[in-house]
Amino acid sequence: MSSYKHLIVAALSIGAISVSSPAALQCAPVPDSITLNQNGKLFSPFTFNHAKHIQSIKECADCHHHTTGTLVLDPNCARCHQNSSPTAVVSCKGCHSATPFSPETLAAKRADKQRYHLDKMGLKGAMHQNCIGCHNKVGNGPTGCQDCHPRTKEGAAFYSTNRKGAKPAHAEEE
Amino acid sequence: MKRRNFLKACLIGGTTIALGKTNKGYASGSFEGYPEAMGVLVDTTRCIGCRSCEAACNKEQKLPEPDTSFDDPAVFEHDRRPTSKAYTVVNRYQKEQPSGPVYRKVQCNHCNEPACLTSCFVNAYTKTQEGAVIYNSKVCVGCRNCMIACPFNAPGYDYDSATNPIVKKCILCYDTRLKYGKPPACVEICPQEALTFGHRADLIKLAHERIRATPERYVDHVYGEKEVGGTSWLYLAPVGFDKLGFDTTLSNDPIISNVKDFLGMVPMVLSIWPALFSGIHLLCKNQEHGEHGHETESNQEDTKP
Ligand code: SF4
Ligand code: SF4
Repeated sequence: MSSYKHLIVAALSIGAISVSSPAALQCAPVPDSITLNQNGKLFSPFTFNHAKHIQSIKECADCHHHTTGTLVLDPNCARCHQNSSPTAVVSCKGCHSATPFSPETLAAKRADKQRYHLDKMGLKGAMHQNCIGCHNKVGNGPTGCQDCHPRTKEGAAFYSTNRKGAKPAHAEEE
Repeated sequence: MKRRNFLKACLIGGTTIALGKTNKGYASGSFEGYPEAMGVLVDTTRCIGCRSCEAACNKEQKLPEPDTSFDDPAVFEHDRRPTSKAYTVVNRYQKEQPSGPVYRKVQCNHCNEPACLTSCFVNAYTKTQEGAVIYNSKVCVGCRNCMIACPFNAPGYDYDSATNPIVKKCILCYDTRLKYGKPPACVEICPQEALTFGHRADLIKLAHERIRATPERYVDHVYGEKEVGGTSWLYLAPVGFDKLGFDTTLSNDPIISNVKDFLGMVPMVLSIWPALFSGIHLLCKNQEHGEHGHETESNQEDTKP
């Protein structure tokens, strides 16, 4: 098994934040920063400034959907979650699987005939799409890979970074 | 005219002339592939052109170092196609549009009824029940019929290697991953989940569901659901597929329906010619030996019980 396989699977696991009881929600300790990509090998971990994002976004539901005490904004989500109570775990990994395409996950999906969220994203996809999507929309956040997490030495080798600028031999042979 | 299209036209034209008609009775667009086949749904609206999938493929398939790094945006200046050194490539389209460029990952689409497979007279290709179209370099004779037959320009030819393997293409990571139910390396690394791995039947439903839920995001078509009889790789796009370099002229019939007649002739030529030559050879030999040969033969016949 080549070494990068685990790291991709394990990549981007989020630092745990769990709120133990719904009652404690309003005054639950909200982390000011969260370390992301802790187990990844190609990119170095980085500190997500949670406090700053709370300041600028204000609506928890923008990222946390219906899991926290704030109003559900997405009309599609509101159809079911308008009145649902906050969940015990609000961190991304509480719902978004780190291994969305593993045989086990796929089998569980197939077995659960009642499941509504068939197209629920994996952890890595959910976070990147959320971050990059919002940064693009707002227009003032970083969107490049290394803007958030610079590559490690292993990452540089993986992407053959030292060959940058080499003359690309384009494969159009016609 | 592109060389490939020219060759294809020759194939089809030649067939028509040779047989005086195209035999439409062979057309078989109904085959749904293996019911449990896996596949990948590529959502081009999610792809950011990071080319991590290319890098992952390179490592997984132990391909040579790339010509230029996997983060060099210069490659987007040209349209690329898969080669024997890169089984997948990401191309950029629509870059002048205000909505931003659209990136598209290209690789073998793993057809339900692969033209490469049917065009191969030594059976080097196999469509596995997991959905992958794999290739056996040991029996390949390097005729490159598959390269001409493939409607998606997928197989690459290894010009550097005098020996096997000769034709190289994406095999859906069959040996190392798919066989064990695991997603291919490109899917696993994609940061945007632009690639979704799963049962092909489920992915088709998922794709249509995404279109239904956000119709402003997609054109109402799932490329690969029906094209050339269906493929294991399926695509969603924000603009017409023709604008993203897809061949939108392909019919829903498998390619084989067009070229089957010609391809059927290939083994025939191969099997008849040796027989024909040995027949002539025998004839000459018998003539050389004159009356004697015939006498021996008839004697033997007479002694049969
Ligand atoms: S895309 Fe081309 S190489 Fe791949 S299975 Fe189809 S015909 Fe064969
Ligand atoms: S890894 Fe995913 S986002 Fe990156 S280029 Fe490939 S398909 Fe697109």
